[in-house]
Amino acid sequence: MSRGAANRYDAIVVGAGHNGLVNACYLARAGLKVLVLERNPYIGGAAVSRRLYDGFTYSNCSYVCSLLRTEIIRALELPAHGLQIIPYEGGCTMMRDGGHLAVYDNHDAMRREIARHSRPDAEAYDRYVRDMLRHCRFIKPLLLREPPDPTSFKPRDIQELLFLGRHFHKLGEARMYDTLRFFTMSCADMLEEYFESEIVKAHLSGSSIIGTALGPRSPGSAYVLLHHYMGSIDGAVGAWGFARGGMGAITQALAASFNASGGTLRSSAPVEQILVRNGRATGVVLAGGEEITAAVVVSNLDVKRTFLETVAPEHLPPEFLEQVRRFKIRGSSGKLNIALDGLPHFPSIPHDSPATRGDMHITDTLEMVERAYDDWKEGRWSRAPYVDMLIPTQIDPTMAPDGKHYMSVFVQYCPYRLADGEWTPERRQAFGDTVIDAIARHSPNFKDLILHTEIRTPRDIENEVGLTEGNIFQGELTFDQLLFNRPLPGYAQYRAPLRGMYMCGSSTHPGGGVMGAPGANSAHAILRDLGRL
Amino acid sequence: MNAAAHTQYDSIVIGGGHNGLVCATYLARGGHRVLVLEAADRLGGAAVTREFAPGFRVSACAHLLHLMPPPLMRELGLEAQGLKLAAAGLPTVALSEDAHHLSFGPGNLAALAERCAADAAALAEWQSLLKRFARALHPVLTGTPPRLGTVAWRDACALLGLGWRIRRLGRRDMRELLRIGGMCVHDLLEERFSLALLKGAVALDAVLGSNLGPRSPGTVLSLLYRVAASQGADSLTLPQGGLGALSEALARAARAAGAEVRTGSPVERILVSDDHVAGVVLCGGEEIAARTVISSADPKSTFLGLLGSEHLDAGFVRRVTQVRSRGLTAKLHLALDRLPQFRGLAEESLRGRLLVAPSADYVERAYNHAKYNEYSRAPMLEITIPTLADPGLAPAGRHVMSVIVQYAPYTLAAGWATQRTPFADLVIDTLGAYAPQLRDSIRAIELLAPPDIEREFRITGGHWHHAELALDQFLMVRPVPGAAQYQTPVPGLFLCGAGCHPGGGVMGLPGRNAARQVIREAA
Repeated sequence: MSRGAANRYDAIVVGAGHNGLVNACYLARAGLKVLVLERNPYIGGAAVSRRLYDGFTYSNCSYVCSLLRTEIIRALELPAHGLQIIPYEGGCTMMRDGGHLAVYDNHDAMRREIARHSRPDAEAYDRYVRDMLRHCRFIKPLLLREPPDPTSFKPRDIQELLFLGRHFHKLGEARMYDTLRFFTMSCADMLEEYFESEIVKAHLSGSSIIGTALGPRSPGSAYVLLHHYMGSIDGAVGAWGFARGGMGAITQALAASFNASGGTLRSSAPVEQILVRNGRATGVVLAGGEEITAAVVVSNLDVKRTFLETVAPEHLPPEFLEQVRRFKIRGSSGKLNIALDGLPHFPSIPHDSPATRGDMHITDTLEMVERAYDDWKEGRWSRAPYVDMLIPTQIDPTMAPDGKHYMSVFVQYCPYRLADGEWTPERRQAFGDTVIDAIARHSPNFKDLILHTEIRTPRDIENEVGLTEGNIFQGELTFDQLLFNRPLPGYAQYRAPLRGMYMCGSSTHPGGGVMGAPGANSAHAILRDLGRL
Repeated sequence: MNAAAHTQYDSIVIGGGHNGLVCATYLARGGHRVLVLEAADRLGGAAVTREFAPGFRVSACAHLLHLMPPPLMRELGLEAQGLKLAAAGLPTVALSEDAHHLSFGPGNLAALAERCAADAAALAEWQSLLKRFARALHPVLTGTPPRLGTVAWRDACALLGLGWRIRRLGRRDMRELLRIGGMCVHDLLEERFSLALLKGAVALDAVLGSNLGPRSPGTVLSLLYRVAASQGADSLTLPQGGLGALSEALARAARAAGAEVRTGSPVERILVSDDHVAGVVLCGGEEIAARTVISSADPKSTFLGLLGSEHLDAGFVRRVTQVRSRGLTAKLHLALDRLPQFRGLAEESLRGRLLVAPSADYVERAYNHAKYNEYSRAPMLEITIPTLADPGLAPAGRHVMSVIVQYAPYTLAAGWATQRTPFADLVIDTLGAYAPQLRDSIRAIELLAPPDIEREFRITGGHWHHAELALDQFLMVRPVPGAAQYQTPVPGLFLCGAGCHPGGGVMGLPGRNAARQVIREAA
């Protein structure tokens, strides 16, 4: 147990996920002496690159980048610290009848592709993109702002409420109604107001269900679609890209930036408890017994893990704990990471099409997506799952040996707990087989190319990454858990009920995805409280 | 009788359903010369009592009256117009296949407490919370929705007033309201209750009449809406003579106020001249002039059928076409030889409403099928046997069973033509699990599936509420932005039916609010 000045910091950040690192970077840049503590021997949380099979690098959790705020990339000088995001071109949904819908970045090319399936839909596409961009523009300014507390009379909250009111009002009456409707609609209903063809609707609906306990027919899923749309690469809104070297490159760059600002990072340093005295956080104690003091303790863990496991209950109001227990954080996503001996052939995609270089899907009707959700509700993995597949090695050869490929397969839906019992290795394998069989139906040589498969259920994600129930957003993105409700009403401003303690993970506004906004907003709140702004 | 050609009317109300009649009453009391035109031979729209088998009568759609606010009923003087209640404060019986049913009613949670004290306490707390919310939201939920982006003093006041009333709930309640307002009832039930039967019953109330399942965000709002609309009363009542008796009382009230009411007078077209409403043309060719026309027909029928899209801009027409109004609720009527025996239920308990919704998951599974234009083999049911309190509905000793069946999609993949009989059989078999001799006692069956409701009551899509109740078809965007305050883009044309705020159910509020709006604008 070492004490003394060496073990005293201005701020401790618990968890070196991307938000924790972003938070730590901002604090360090403001001149604080910051320590980041990570339980695992590697940093990154769910934004990691792992060498799990000889010669291959897996982005074994999150796998593509778009939502990372440009403001953060610039402020923390991440490109200078090695971050390179390559926009990917292409993508598709492969149809069961052998057809496909390809995805193009170029608007006109995309329009022509849609016209191949439906002429009216091609016209509607212009309107759709225009409306989506408008919704993105509406929501963007809200991402890097602390939500107001609508029950408070504090000047800051009133000011923020007025700001939000004015921001909304600026839309003009007609657009205000459109926005209200958009934010409360189901993705399916929203898409049905534009498009008639199933393939277009099915393709676009995928982003509305990622990481959720919702289906495309659930009200509020249109918002989730927007959530995934509002990123940008190099100013191209809605574009997605690969981080060169895998998603770990993001957190490595953040770590480098942090170190360059004088921060200290320790891995293999699990925090057992956050120390509290007289209602104030005073530091942490590690699993080995080592105590480290700091006046500011920031948790990157989700809100349940933070308050139900890392803080002794007697320090927290019982009502608060009840709210934390009620917070919904149900896992619904699975992941397969596959090492391939070569590039699989997808007969429905024309030779030389860029479609396979982006995200590929195999769910070709809204009904199929919705039925996949029905399975999850019954405590089963989807018999016909929605998959989001990528082979980043086509653009980033560093992730696999020459000629070989890494395929990332994100799956909806997969339950944290099965209706008929807990996950076993056999059941996990059966889940993996369901996914592989589904993909193989579109690629005859796929199975033969498989060298290694890592199959991850929400249970595995929870164990490895520390995300409760394997929910990738650290909490579901539903009306009751967004904005001033995120994570809890009254505690939506990054501050815990203990002085000096803060939250900076995706459990806070604006939520999940590799965005960095929670981390940045939280740092802002801390610095303001410290009078450093 | 062609007095119309010479009579000057200030307002014509299209549709003599309950909202049309309420609207006409208020207009007449406001000094308007009002004419109500009803296409059918009788008034009431879907709130009628029909003889579905010789000597057997039943309420056609809604079979309980519980949403019409008592103050509104008093204002209309319905009691004086002859409306009597055969029963009030009916309890709810959540049926269980093992005959261990759960019964609870207004102010009576004893049986529930015996089974699960925690749930009884939680239900009491929940009901009292709902009442507090209802008081805060009542003015907005029952008044004209405020417009956004407005400079109108009235609208700004309404918005501020709403904000103020929500704040006055106090911090804790306000936070809870903001939290659960958009939540799904499934999650709410998981938070608060443990008994599956109780959760099923609450889930049923949250989704009855909607196109949602318990896991759909926005279903808590439906519960709030029920309580708020009835101003916290939410007492299940049975009008004597069925819902038709309510409509008859409303008709008398309208006439007593001075409104002229005609049946058998279908409107073919709304007349527009110089960009202003000028009156209507009946199917027979008769033209009737009026500067104000208020339609209680559903929005699609009104704008696309009676008015004609040529009077509207393309954007508005598109919005109206996209209003979701897919009927999802059917009605099954059984004429019975004798009172059915339900296993484990005393005859006294049959006076309440019986529910087949043994768990929230059961309801969700029934909903799943509807998404694919199928019906579930385990449908959700709300049952009443109105003859127990109102024997006049059937010959002596015989009974009527009225069953609301959800989910029965308007568009059935297999087609209703071939499915009506199997569907009716399915419902009867489902009931048979609780009342084994039921089938033997059936003398006659009537099924009203959504296409039948569309045809009989002239409602596009056969949806009881004219437009689905969902967060995006609610308040200031119901039925569409630009026509959410009972006014329409055509000067002089108003809406007053269930497709408007606050929505469907036999409430009368759309009718009253529309009348007020018309009178305000005329002033």
